[in-house]
Amino acid sequence: MTYSQAVDGDPFMVAGVELPSRLILGTGGAPSMAVVDEVLAASGTALCTVAMRRVDPSTAGSIVDVIDRRGVRVLPNTAGCRTAAEAVRTAQLAREALETDWVKLEVVADERTLLPDPIELLAAAERLVADGFRVFPYTNDDPVLARRLQQAGCVAVMPLGSPIGTGLGIRNPHNIELIVAEAVVPVVLDAGIGTASDAALAMELGCDAVLLATAVTRAQRPALMAAAMADAVRAGRLARRAGRIPKRHHAQASSPTEGMPVL
Amino acid sequence: MTISLNGTDVDVSGVRTLAELIEQRTGTTRGSAVVVDDVVVPRAEWAAFPITDGQRIELITAVQGG
Repeated sequence: MTYSQAVDGDPFMVAGVELPSRLILGTGGAPSMAVVDEVLAASGTALCTVAMRRVDPSTAGSIVDVIDRRGVRVLPNTAGCRTAAEAVRTAQLAREALETDWVKLEVVADERTLLPDPIELLAAAERLVADGFRVFPYTNDDPVLARRLQQAGCVAVMPLGSPIGTGLGIRNPHNIELIVAEAVVPVVLDAGIGTASDAALAMELGCDAVLLATAVTRAQRPALMAAAMADAVRAGRLARRAGRIPKRHHAQASSPTEGMPVL
Repeated sequence: MTISLNGTDVDVSGVRTLAELIEQRTGTTRGSAVVVDDVVVPRAEWAAFPITDGQRIELITAVQGG
């Protein structure tokens, strides 16, 4: 099997759509639209998130135009929403604005932690699914909540590795493994990725994709980090499919123990 | 004729429809959505939706975001 054979033939299927990349890019935090354009290209992503805000006449250029030019699909989010009602309204606006029924559902509890509010999140998910949305919920790394979101009809679950923007990586890999083990929809590790090894670990744990923004957009060289993330996601996915060796407490020789010459 | 647009009172004399308002403010009707007096107005209704004095309008668009 060649390298390209190993990488190809393993598309990311979500909501009935085949995406050529398992890296989903958030566009928040980039210092300019030019940097957004660079990281979209360097990451090879096929799906990226945007937020919905009041029109600001002083903003030059449209993020939608940049994303369209790169042929990337858009995933609007409900960032900043604190209640199910706000999130549902924001999703409806996004559907009108961007003509997509895909939505990254974010309902955070407070500004300090930015952690999802599980009660409001599940309520919003149920209402959006009933309204015909394809819901991608940003959720806690809680296997029970992930299960409930899937039962509600979400097309993916997106547990956090650690809080948004922290770059602390995956703080509870055991919970991510549990979520993966019983998932019936794709699992996307969302939030907390700091560097390439975090993204690789997410994939090694069995996640189907990784969603990250800050780690790339606020890196010293965003395009370089975007390329690193693309490689990490690919490497982690291959390693997962390959099947890692079990960990051992003591050494085990890899060279033959028979046939040693007498020297 | 004055409306509240994104929290600011603005004079929109000569603007007849929502489609015209959005075009005037954003240069396009792509990538935008609008709430008039707390109701999301579907894109298909913009061309015929009248602007009237005192409306409270939120004009929303996509921006960079995680």
